[in-house]
Amino acid sequence: MDRAYLELESLTVGYGGEPVVSDITFKLQKGQILSLIGPNGAGKSTILKTLTRRIPPISGKITLDGADLLAMGGRTLAKKMASVLTDRVAPELETCFDIVSAGRYPYTGGFGLLTARDRAAVDEALRMVNAASIADRDFNSVSDGQRQRVLLARAIAQEPEIILLDEPTSFLDIKHKLELLEILRDMARQRGVTILMSLHELDLASKVSDLIACVSSGRVPACGRPREIMTDGGVRTLYGLERGSYNASLGSVELPRPAGRARVFVLGGGGRGIGLYRELQKAGIPFFAGILHENDIDLAVARPLSERVVTCPAFRGASPERIAEARALIDRAEAVLDCGCPDGGGGANAALLRYARESGKSVVTDLNLLTEVLK
Amino acid sequence: MAPQVRGRRGKRALRYAAVFACLGVLLVLAVIWNINTGSVSIPVREIWRILFHKRALQLAIDRGTADPAAVSAFNIIWKIRLKRVLLAAILGGALSLSGFLLQTFFRNPIAGPFVLGISSGARMFLALVTIGLSAYMTGVPLWITVAASFAGSMLTMLFALAFGRRTRNMSMLLVIGIMISYICSAVTDFLINFAKEADIVNLTHWAMGSFSGGSWRDVAISALIVLPTAAGVFLLSKPISAYALGEGYAQSVGLDVRMFRLVLIVLSSVLSACVTAFAGPISFVGIAVPHICRIVLRSNKPILMIPASFLCGAVFCMVCDLVARTVFSPTELSVGTVTSAVGAPIVIWLMISRRREQRE
Repeated sequence: MDRAYLELESLTVGYGGEPVVSDITFKLQKGQILSLIGPNGAGKSTILKTLTRRIPPISGKITLDGADLLAMGGRTLAKKMASVLTDRVAPELETCFDIVSAGRYPYTGGFGLLTARDRAAVDEALRMVNAASIADRDFNSVSDGQRQRVLLARAIAQEPEIILLDEPTSFLDIKHKLELLEILRDMARQRGVTILMSLHELDLASKVSDLIACVSSGRVPACGRPREIMTDGGVRTLYGLERGSYNASLGSVELPRPAGRARVFVLGGGGRGIGLYRELQKAGIPFFAGILHENDIDLAVARPLSERVVTCPAFRGASPERIAEARALIDRAEAVLDCGCPDGGGGANAALLRYARESGKSVVTDLNLLTEVLK
Repeated sequence: MAPQVRGRRGKRALRYAAVFACLGVLLVLAVIWNINTGSVSIPVREIWRILFHKRALQLAIDRGTADPAAVSAFNIIWKIRLKRVLLAAILGGALSLSGFLLQTFFRNPIAGPFVLGISSGARMFLALVTIGLSAYMTGVPLWITVAASFAGSMLTMLFALAFGRRTRNMSMLLVIGIMISYICSAVTDFLINFAKEADIVNLTHWAMGSFSGGSWRDVAISALIVLPTAAGVFLLSKPISAYALGEGYAQSVGLDVRMFRLVLIVLSSVLSACVTAFAGPISFVGIAVPHICRIVLRSNKPILMIPASFLCGAVFCMVCDLVARTVFSPTELSVGTVTSAVGAPIVIWLMISRRREQRE
């Protein structure tokens, strides 16, 4: 258990002696899933190409199952490692079965003829990715989602101990993304197959992976469990998000906050505010938000998007100071937008709504009305 | 589902068997038809006698006991038609196999030795050597012709590679090939200014492309080059199939991609250079024949495509040669004229249908 299945020791990868990512060190146990995340062009694919031996490393060591990866024979390695890469090759006149059977390459004889055992492995791989029904269809005629699954089946038919995947979820819709990741999860859990992939979707990466390695500005600054890596600040620095923001609990990104002085006060709460905040962001109207409990889901979006948020502790009402603060902000705003959650801020929002009406602010519940008022 | 799938696979196997059986029959028919047809028609029974009882007949002729018709038939077959049909078969197979390899290499269905300008390159070298050496010797030896045409093929191939590998686009590759052809033709034309008249006649005749005029030695040498190379290609059908699925994949299953690329290029150059040396530029066979095979086999598997392309190329060239020498008889067309007339429309059709596919 102690011995890592795949180990990278101060590995530097790049093209023609020019380093792209330097000094990569991490260990991966058998049956674990590691995702490489990071901005485009950071070198995730370069790392994968080095591990599949498409390009030689510049320096460092790669150990696979206790042996030096670079010294392994091609066929030995092919029986241990399979890959699903991004080359978009469109072979002619090949059925999905043909494509998957190409995974048997390291096992077949001199002419590549399939034995009954090979056919069984191919059928099994097709079944695992739920593609048995399209086995006899032309590979070029199936959808992107099916094609990606067939390519995964080819890797599975190779009966490897580790599968490398480069952006396996690009071109897929959300349903197929989830299906694919679920298959990988099962492969890792049930068969102890180790999986190393690059992923674009941060939310999915943190859900499916045991380990996450960040690749950014020529290094791997962090590698660890998702909850250690995927913090608001961590992702912001990793991707150099200067204008937008990332939220770890929602796993979502927000666009930058609208510029200028706040013109509206939004009474939110109970998740009803999120849509309004985003609408205001889109319309380019700066706003204040309040009063939100600290555990309110609205807060996750209000924080990055509003100029200022008034909050109060969870499960308690707002203190008089907080209410006063909110009143002051309402005074500064031109209008109040009510999301229709009177319990927000422990009932304080109902009081604030009354205050706004009494002090002659226009109170609206709808964004269209708001734009009328602001004109 | 299982029995249904097995049924479909069985059907495929049946199709393959049928295609190869047809090709075999066509091959035999084409040989017989070629020997039989011409200004003097020789009945099939006579052909049988002349081919398989050669010694007895030769003896009869030597003694002067054979009748004059039989003697002329004997001479027509053994001195003209048989070697011509064999040359057409061997070189036709080589051409289409070379086309198949180039298509695999460039991942482009219209790649072929003629389209990529390889034939023009070979012709340029041939002109260079013929004209250069004719100052020192009369009649350039055959091996020099072969070597020059091989060197020319390889060099043009390298050019095509340098430019063509950067593009996946079918039409770009075509444009590059045409440009290479123009450059080579310009150089050849320039050289011809310094040539003797006899050389010009030779070169012009050669540039037309023809299976006629070869000696038995030509047949033997081309067979010695082509048949082992074709066998080698067939033995490589497994790695070729991996290569066809992308270099990344080929590499991941343990193929030394760089080495393999080199092997592929050398093999296809050897085949096309051999054809160019013995028969001159014969256009479009390399594209048309593999394409026909793909359609009838409904498969692009090298293990099927390699033998099918070779056999079909042989049949195709034998038939085209027959057409070339009989349709406007006694005027003989160049075989390149006939293969172009059949092959060029196939290329146009390919490009149009591919474009439509991409749009969908």
